[in-house]
Amino acid sequence: MNAFVQLDLTPLLIGVLAAIACALPGNFLLLRRQALIGDAISHVVLPGIVVAFLVTGTITTWPMMLGAGGAAIVAVVLIEAVRRLGRIEPGAAMGVVFTAMFAAGVLLLEQTDTSGVHIDVEHALYGSLESLIWLSADGWGSLLDPVALAGLPPELPRMAAAAALIALLTGVFWRPLKLSTFDEGFAATLGLPVAAISLGLVVAAAVAAVAAFDAVGSIIVIAMFICPPAAARLMTNRLERQVAWSVAFATLSAVLGYVLAGWGPLWLGGTHAVSAAGMIATVSGVILALACLLGPHRARVGAAREA
Amino acid sequence: MDTGFWQAFLAALALQAGYNSALVAVGAGLLGAAAGAGGTFLFLRKRALVSDAVAHATLPGIGIAFILMVMLGGEGRSLPGLLLGSAVSATVGLFLVEWIARRTRLPEDAAIGAVLSVFFGFGIVLLTVIQTMSSGRQAGLESFLLGSTAGMLYADAVTIAVGGALCVGVVLLLRRPMTIVSFDPDWAAASGVSVRGVDLAIMGLVMAVTVIGLKIVGLILVVALLIIPPVTARFWTERTERVVWIAGALGGAAGYLGAALSASAPDLPTGPLIVLVSFGLFMLSLLLAPVRGVAAALWRHRRFQHDVHRRQGLLALARREAIFDRLTLKVLRREGLIRPDGVETPDGAAQAAKVLRDEKRWDVARRVYRDETIAGRYDGLTSIEAVLTRDEIAELDRRLGPPVSVGPRIAGAVP
Amino acid sequence: MPSAEVRLAAEDGRAMRPAAPVDSPFAVQETTVSYGGKPVVFNVDFVAPPNSMVAIVGPNGAGKSSLLKAALGIVPSVSGRVTVFGEPLAKARRRIAYVPQRASVDWDFPTRVIDVVLMGMYRELGLLKLVRRAHREHATACLARVGMADFADRQIGQLSGGQQQRVFLARALAQGADLYLLDEPFAGVDAATEKAIIDVLKSLKAERKTVIAVHHDLATVADYFDHVLLVNVRKIADGPVATTFTGENLQATYGGRLATAHIDQLKLASA
Repeated sequence: MNAFVQLDLTPLLIGVLAAIACALPGNFLLLRRQALIGDAISHVVLPGIVVAFLVTGTITTWPMMLGAGGAAIVAVVLIEAVRRLGRIEPGAAMGVVFTAMFAAGVLLLEQTDTSGVHIDVEHALYGSLESLIWLSADGWGSLLDPVALAGLPPELPRMAAAAALIALLTGVFWRPLKLSTFDEGFAATLGLPVAAISLGLVVAAAVAAVAAFDAVGSIIVIAMFICPPAAARLMTNRLERQVAWSVAFATLSAVLGYVLAGWGPLWLGGTHAVSAAGMIATVSGVILALACLLGPHRARVGAAREA
Repeated sequence: MDTGFWQAFLAALALQAGYNSALVAVGAGLLGAAAGAGGTFLFLRKRALVSDAVAHATLPGIGIAFILMVMLGGEGRSLPGLLLGSAVSATVGLFLVEWIARRTRLPEDAAIGAVLSVFFGFGIVLLTVIQTMSSGRQAGLESFLLGSTAGMLYADAVTIAVGGALCVGVVLLLRRPMTIVSFDPDWAAASGVSVRGVDLAIMGLVMAVTVIGLKIVGLILVVALLIIPPVTARFWTERTERVVWIAGALGGAAGYLGAALSASAPDLPTGPLIVLVSFGLFMLSLLLAPVRGVAAALWRHRRFQHDVHRRQGLLALARREAIFDRLTLKVLRREGLIRPDGVETPDGAAQAAKVLRDEKRWDVARRVYRDETIAGRYDGLTSIEAVLTRDEIAELDRRLGPPVSVGPRIAGAVP
Repeated sequence: MPSAEVRLAAEDGRAMRPAAPVDSPFAVQETTVSYGGKPVVFNVDFVAPPNSMVAIVGPNGAGKSSLLKAALGIVPSVSGRVTVFGEPLAKARRRIAYVPQRASVDWDFPTRVIDVVLMGMYRELGLLKLVRRAHREHATACLARVGMADFADRQIGQLSGGQQQRVFLARALAQGADLYLLDEPFAGVDAATEKAIIDVLKSLKAERKTVIAVHHDLATVADYFDHVLLVNVRKIADGPVATTFTGENLQATYGGRLATAHIDQLKLASA
């Protein structure tokens, strides 16, 4: 059991927290037909951290978080600008902006001497969840031991704070979020700042993505923004329950994916673990597939939105 | 940049930077042209990001193809084999996107995101499996993520150049049905074009471009080749056929220039450069295109705002109504139609009378002409002289009676 | 010759066009709205009398809905001012209830009928106040007024078009406003719904409220409304139905889109 606490507890917790932090805003993005914003944000995290590295010369947490967060906001503003100024449909505007920013990130990275620091594209894409171990722990008792707790990987408290912040924001702003997602025009007549709500949601998604990416990589981020909320939508017709289902699915994906990645190959006679991030995304996809086939509310009933 | 770089760049542009670089540049140009033209059909059907799902869905196919080829005792890195595998899994991904969007209540963007992330995640799992295989350590399959032309085999370069040429050929051959279907699928179906067939051809083309582009641009960025040129081309024309041609030309130019730039110095990755050249062309068009560009739109909007406020202000003067709107007052003052204290000038009185007369003529015209093409032209700004002939206006005036003289008036101010 | 009033105004600098009367529940002035670089509403002035029922009437695409949406700040306007009960819009939002076009939302949204009605009580509930039994009873009462009390727990996607429209009206009732603005409330609804909606609107008038609706059915204008605003990009006419809803004004509003024979069949002002 000691080995579990030392090697698996923290990655598991970080995976679960990252999955939940992304799934929460994902519910609203899904209903607003903005599901792919998560995809765009997670791509532009790379140029953000590269620029932060170029500016500060170090790979430390805060500059990287700020760089990534700044890049996410730049991307969202650019997408909006391209969409409005060029009168281009949102999908295409997104495609133009995030590919260009990602390309710029790769180019900068290639041009920069990053020998000696751990910064590369693969890492940004699929992280290294498995490496976030808690070496100073020697059993469950360590959870109460301040010395051992000081040795926790810093990603854990960071991810926990981000997840708590997003859960809190979702709770506090539940009504305006639901209202403006369902009927933006009506929300505006109530005096709700609909544009600010819309931007706030994307910023919250960016916070989740940025906090999650260096622990678990972009690929989980994109999967968790979309798959658990999408599967949850097929389980219920009430938003409150949909969000609860999405949290459950996110947790299940993270736990099952982590376990399968670590032990699955051993059960199949292999010798090495496979990518936990990849497996978590895969499991979330399997859950979504099952929901598509069996979910009680999988079929469309309402009249589709016109225009 | 030093002169050495420019010399190398010019040499690469002239295809003098080595046989492989030349082949890559030609291949990238052809690929870019095919992607730009092919992506246009996707863009016009408002499905640009479907290509992102297709691109990411190639990864598991690459992994499975590698594993299969090794298990069958072959060389796992054979490019045609890997590309075939990627095409198969991309097809599965595309099918799933359509199935989810059609059969469940989930919208297409969610289906795209789900397929994209899950296939990519599964692909990463397979890559880590391959790394543990004895023959997999140097497989270099990661190069498919971002593309890599460094150390490309001659045979690979030929594969890409030939594939790019074939795609261009398909676009040339099928451009008419594809244009018709993307422009108006219902009409296409009514006139006997197989919409389903053409749709499949478009998707096949997108798939081919993606698969061929994997080695140069990589699966994360290949969508840029399909999306950016059509979006850019749209700024320059309103006609579908021209969008196809312009997007093809822009894509080809970006591919060729990007590849040449990348061959000019070390540490210049081909894929990102092609994307950035394409994006540069996009930004230029966004800002400067004559009708749809931002500069033109801004100018047009200012002029429109000015016209609205001028006419509203003059009407208010003519009707002896106060004006509250600050911008209206500003416009009238700047044109010398009212004095700084708000009282109208002689010129203002004349212009006001003219505008009021125009409104009155419209009043009568709307009652006289039942014809939609005339009454429907009224938008508050269009002068009736632009719509009716002089004789017709004279007839309106006869019904209106003689002009009435008007005295000085005040524009008023915001209380 | 300028009138005495104008000269007075010129001398002491007062504005001639009066600020909207304080007792008017809804007034727009100098309002222009454009779409794609062309005005769809041009220079419209309109003052709704207190406790009136106003129909905004005009051909399709003539800016009726745009006028309403711009007045409410949902779409931007090129110029114009709005006053609601003598106050600027931002201060008077509490007194306005808005019923959007049914097609403007996604009816596949995961929520129940009662939740939509509770949305109308957002000002009361705020961010965090718990939904208590009194709130729920108020929402149910609003549903009962439109004959939808039995549907409170239904998923909104399962409703018919008419039922959806009634739910929107119930949400507006839950707002407890003094001014009701409705965008095409009768578009594509069944006869029973039309009857239910007009009964509610008439009861609102009896409660001294003001109702303004974008309306497309000329045949019912005289039965349903007491005031009319005729627009085709600009204002053609406005006033009591009895004097303003004339064949001549309709001709000017609709031009060739309305056959004379059709006008003859309408219940028009005798003028």
